[in-house]
Amino acid sequence: MFRYILRRLLQMVLAFFGTTLIVYALMFAGQGDPIQALAGERPVTAAQRAYLTEKYHLDATGVGGFFYRYFDYVRSLLQGDLGQSLTGRQIGDILQQAWPVTVKLALIALAVAVIFGVTAGVIAGIRRAGIFDNSTLVLTLLVLGIPTIVLAPLAQYFLGVKWQLFPPTAGAEPDFYALLLPGIVLGSLSLATALRLTRTSVAENLRADYVRTARSKGLLKRRIVSVHVLRNSLIPVVTFLGVELGNLMSGAIITEGVFNIPGVGFNLFRGIRTEDGPLVVGIVSVLVVVYLVSNLLVDVLYAVLDPRIRYE
Amino acid sequence: MTDAVIQPTPASATPEGGHLLEIRDLHVEFRTHEGVAKVINGVSYHLNAGETLAVLGESGSGKSVTAQAIMGILDTPPAHIRSGQILYQGRDLLTQSEEQRRQVRGKEIAMIFQDALSALNPVFPVGWQIAETLRTREGMSRADARRRAIELMDLVKIPAAERRIGDYPHQFSGGMRQRVMIAMALALNPKVLIADEPTTALDVTVQAQIMDLLADLRRDLGMAMILITHDLGVVAGVADRIAVMYAGRIVEHADVRSLYRAPAHPYTKGLLESIPRLDVRGQELATIKGLPPNLMRIPSGCPFHPRCPYVQQVCVDEVPHDLVLGDGRTSACHFAQEVRDDSAR
Repeated sequence: MFRYILRRLLQMVLAFFGTTLIVYALMFAGQGDPIQALAGERPVTAAQRAYLTEKYHLDATGVGGFFYRYFDYVRSLLQGDLGQSLTGRQIGDILQQAWPVTVKLALIALAVAVIFGVTAGVIAGIRRAGIFDNSTLVLTLLVLGIPTIVLAPLAQYFLGVKWQLFPPTAGAEPDFYALLLPGIVLGSLSLATALRLTRTSVAENLRADYVRTARSKGLLKRRIVSVHVLRNSLIPVVTFLGVELGNLMSGAIITEGVFNIPGVGFNLFRGIRTEDGPLVVGIVSVLVVVYLVSNLLVDVLYAVLDPRIRYE
Repeated sequence: MTDAVIQPTPASATPEGGHLLEIRDLHVEFRTHEGVAKVINGVSYHLNAGETLAVLGESGSGKSVTAQAIMGILDTPPAHIRSGQILYQGRDLLTQSEEQRRQVRGKEIAMIFQDALSALNPVFPVGWQIAETLRTREGMSRADARRRAIELMDLVKIPAAERRIGDYPHQFSGGMRQRVMIAMALALNPKVLIADEPTTALDVTVQAQIMDLLADLRRDLGMAMILITHDLGVVAGVADRIAVMYAGRIVEHADVRSLYRAPAHPYTKGLLESIPRLDVRGQELATIKGLPPNLMRIPSGCPFHPRCPYVQQVCVDEVPHDLVLGDGRTSACHFAQEVRDDSAR
């Protein structure tokens, strides 16, 4: 297990450099004049241009020059310096403000998926082909079929604006209540998937041979379901939810955009729209790390849940 | 192996003249989308305290379904018990409430299954699974149940039981896993042990070890055993009586010795002839021609008639009744006498 984790960490280093390199290349490859982009509409003096060219090694051209600048960037990144955005703010500061908001939103979404998705999935799995099962099946299909870009504005309009049950937008420092509706919208997709996964898994495990054994031991039906079946059924569900948390943490661009939540996805979206290269690359670099770590945790968790899995 | 040397546990005393377990005219069908499969069609057999009954038959003959009906673990739907009685110590299990039946499971009648790997829960240690029965049914403390689980694992001769109690099913060999299954079934000292093809999934050498273990345990613990198998070789050394099943019926029922000496049903005769013999050289192995019947369309008359070398018109028209041949032998064949006399020759 220890060796497996070590190997995965080494793989993560490779994956980190690979992804940052690609994003860095994509972000700066299409750019005409980075100095003009930095300055925006204002004119740039010759002295300023010389200073910036010197600072960012812009005089080195071609592939060599690109790698020169990339390693410059990585070096400061490893020192914990994400650099400045084109608007002059420290990217580290931006993330420090955005991250807690996104984490809160992700946790609300995950809680919604776990509480409603898993519970309903277990009930649907036990009463397979019943009314509850069939209606949840149709509902989840509906949710899975509607993209967030439609669902989010609909929820915002009806629940936020028309019936005023929730605040329609979150604002600068959103509290729990303001994040609730976006959290539900964001979590609804995970909820639907978790529900279907749980239902199938429970229904499958109810037919397993070990259930027959448990019955022949004279155990109560309640115990058979809640201990034997559930413990087995939740292995794929927990794995899915782990990966899903990684996804949710990396920011929900659409949801945060619609509800005006100043989280990671919101900032990333703004960075892309304003062609703020340093901001996009900075955020993505951190997201890559978050995603890789959460995936590693899921794999370790998987081995803990299922004793048959052993990593060598 | 006579009844005299066996000390039945006091509680297994049966009502005067009755059997410990008796199945009377059991009918079970499976209702599926494709139609109704008549899986059990009037099965009757009994089991006395301390004896071993072998139930023999091909897959699909209904031997496992009968056992699951006794345990009350048939999946309903699709299974549906149409009629019949299952008397345990004189009380009909089929009229009892689910809670009453649950009390019987494991404590009075326990069961082990064919494939121990899938029959054990993969995510719990074996010791935990043995102890679970003791904790939930007997209210034992964790420590006591653990101690008893180790004892049970010793009883079924699992080496280093104390060290292996925390291991998971997949960490055991096939034979050891089946021993774990047996230990689990013995946890509550059942009076009847149903072994549903306990050695089918195992290597031949391990098969013999498990059969010996089951025979020893049955004798030492004074249990009665129903041994379900399709393997005539397994039966000979262990069983007292044999019931042969075909298409959801008992076609022949006899004590082991007379059945091996002179089978009185063409199906049994065919089964015996298809065993390779060491004393006859260079002879082609006999087979039973044809396939087991489709249970949705069981042939008219005697269900074995399409495959039977003795077939006459009467076999197509009339369902044979159990013919009593003396010594408690019965055979559901119109020509039972002839078949037996043929076989004895």
